[in-house]
Amino acid sequence: MAYTVERKPLTLLERIYIPQILAGMRVTLKHLFAPNVTMQYPEERPAIPSGYRGVPTLVMDPHGREKCVSCQLCEFVCPPKAIRITPGEIPPDAPTGHVEKAPKAFDIDMLRCIYCGLCQEVCPEEAIFLQNQYSMTGYTRAEMVNDKARLYELGGTLPDQHFKWDKKKAAAEHGNAH
Amino acid sequence: MTAVFTFWAGLHPLIQGLIKGLAVIGVMFPIGGACSLVERKVSAWMQGRPGPNRALPPWLAWVPGIGLLQRLGLFHLMADGIKMFLKEDSLPGHVNKFYFLLAPVVGMIPALTTVTVVPFGAYFDSAGQMVPLVLANLDVGILAVFAVGSLGVYSLILAGWASNSKYPFLGGIRASAQLISYELAMTLSVVPVFLMINAPGGTGTLSLTDVVRFQSGTSGLHGTWFIMTMPLSAVVFLVSLFAETNRLPFDMAEGEADLVGGFHTEYGSMKWGLFFVAEYSHMLIGSGVFTLLFLGGWNPLPWVPLQTVIGWLAHLSPLLAHPLAVGLISIGIFMGKVLFFMFVFMWVRWTVPRFRYDQVMKLGWQKLLPLAIGNLIFYAIVIAVLQK
Repeated sequence: MAYTVERKPLTLLERIYIPQILAGMRVTLKHLFAPNVTMQYPEERPAIPSGYRGVPTLVMDPHGREKCVSCQLCEFVCPPKAIRITPGEIPPDAPTGHVEKAPKAFDIDMLRCIYCGLCQEVCPEEAIFLQNQYSMTGYTRAEMVNDKARLYELGGTLPDQHFKWDKKKAAAEHGNAH
Repeated sequence: MTAVFTFWAGLHPLIQGLIKGLAVIGVMFPIGGACSLVERKVSAWMQGRPGPNRALPPWLAWVPGIGLLQRLGLFHLMADGIKMFLKEDSLPGHVNKFYFLLAPVVGMIPALTTVTVVPFGAYFDSAGQMVPLVLANLDVGILAVFAVGSLGVYSLILAGWASNSKYPFLGGIRASAQLISYELAMTLSVVPVFLMINAPGGTGTLSLTDVVRFQSGTSGLHGTWFIMTMPLSAVVFLVSLFAETNRLPFDMAEGEADLVGGFHTEYGSMKWGLFFVAEYSHMLIGSGVFTLLFLGGWNPLPWVPLQTVIGWLAHLSPLLAHPLAVGLISIGIFMGKVLFFMFVFMWVRWTVPRFRYDQVMKLGWQKLLPLAIGNLIFYAIVIAVLQK
């Protein structure tokens, strides 16, 4: 439907500019003495709201066990193909032996990452999270690729209480595999 | 002290003039430079930012209280100056080299020439007569300011043309059209002031000193400043001044938004710096002329001229009535007014957005010029009746 914007003709006061300019100067003068609205960045840091999508990281459960089972779903879903996983076996005598697999290498190329959060969404093990860190810097391209150790260092431990693989282990020890 | 005075009086007038001229330049350049910093700070504060506050030479960090200077951005000023002098002075290959190099110089010359006829203070000799502090007390004062000041446009035209590229060319064309249109309104707006001070029968004068002398009375019409008796003249003059100095909202010649940098797009390092200083010098002189014409020059208040204040101060200490002290006080009052107007220039710049080119031309030719002519006719009649 046609929509007409009503345009009022300017009044005389508006056409001679001066009162309008003086009113504008009053506003700017008020701002001259108003406190600053900017943040002194490196010294002051912004408060990160919950649910912020920062740098993707790998997390461990409260027992310090790596949760990723290298199913490669995140690698598969990643739109810019920033994630590269090399799956590896876990030796049966390791403390985490009842877990089927763990990544041998897990690289996220932060030069490709678009912070979309699909990896976090798709992860069945809740092992990858986009957390608070918003600033990634480096002098070389190689520095901008987060390897597995760095990802765990950034991710830390999240206080979830699932302990899925403990339950699996207990079930296996009782003889019923599932 | 007297030895200094006799030494000074014994110097050749040429050397005296040279020293005075250098002193004035020595004050004007730092103020021009400081204004660039003040501009950045004022714009920042108006936009809710702290502005430049980081630079600090590491070997000065131990000085107590230096943090305040750092927060005021004083070292950014020095860093900018050093950068401007040390960076590569590139000369584009496609320019007309002679005129390209000539343009910044041509920009500086009128800026430094007009300052010679602008009085910036006064003292009283033993007979109680006001003696202006001015490099050249010409009787054509205001005419010289307008004549030489308007030569500044040649530097913009030269720069725009010699750069041999599109944006500077457009900037140069705009500058010439704009400056020529506002020259008329500007000149016409000050005519009533000189009608007023030139009583019939007396010797005619266009001297800026006489304008201030007229505003130095203690009662009646003589004590008023011309901004009170001729507000329309003052407004037209001020608006034209904004246009003449290429300040926003009439920033047509530079036009960062649509012309990159306008006439100085191809310029860099100190050649650009000269344009920059010339612009601020023009602003300084423009504010100075406005102060002299409409704001009573070095008189502190309407109806309270400098002489009255000096009379009061002489009661405190006879030292304050010494010509040297009087001169310094008058310069202080005058500079205070001028610097306030420099602030107004910045204040308006960060308040009013830029006019479109056709609006600028329309405002100049269709609004300000008729207004100035009408104003002139009105005051001519009023003054004719008053002075019979």
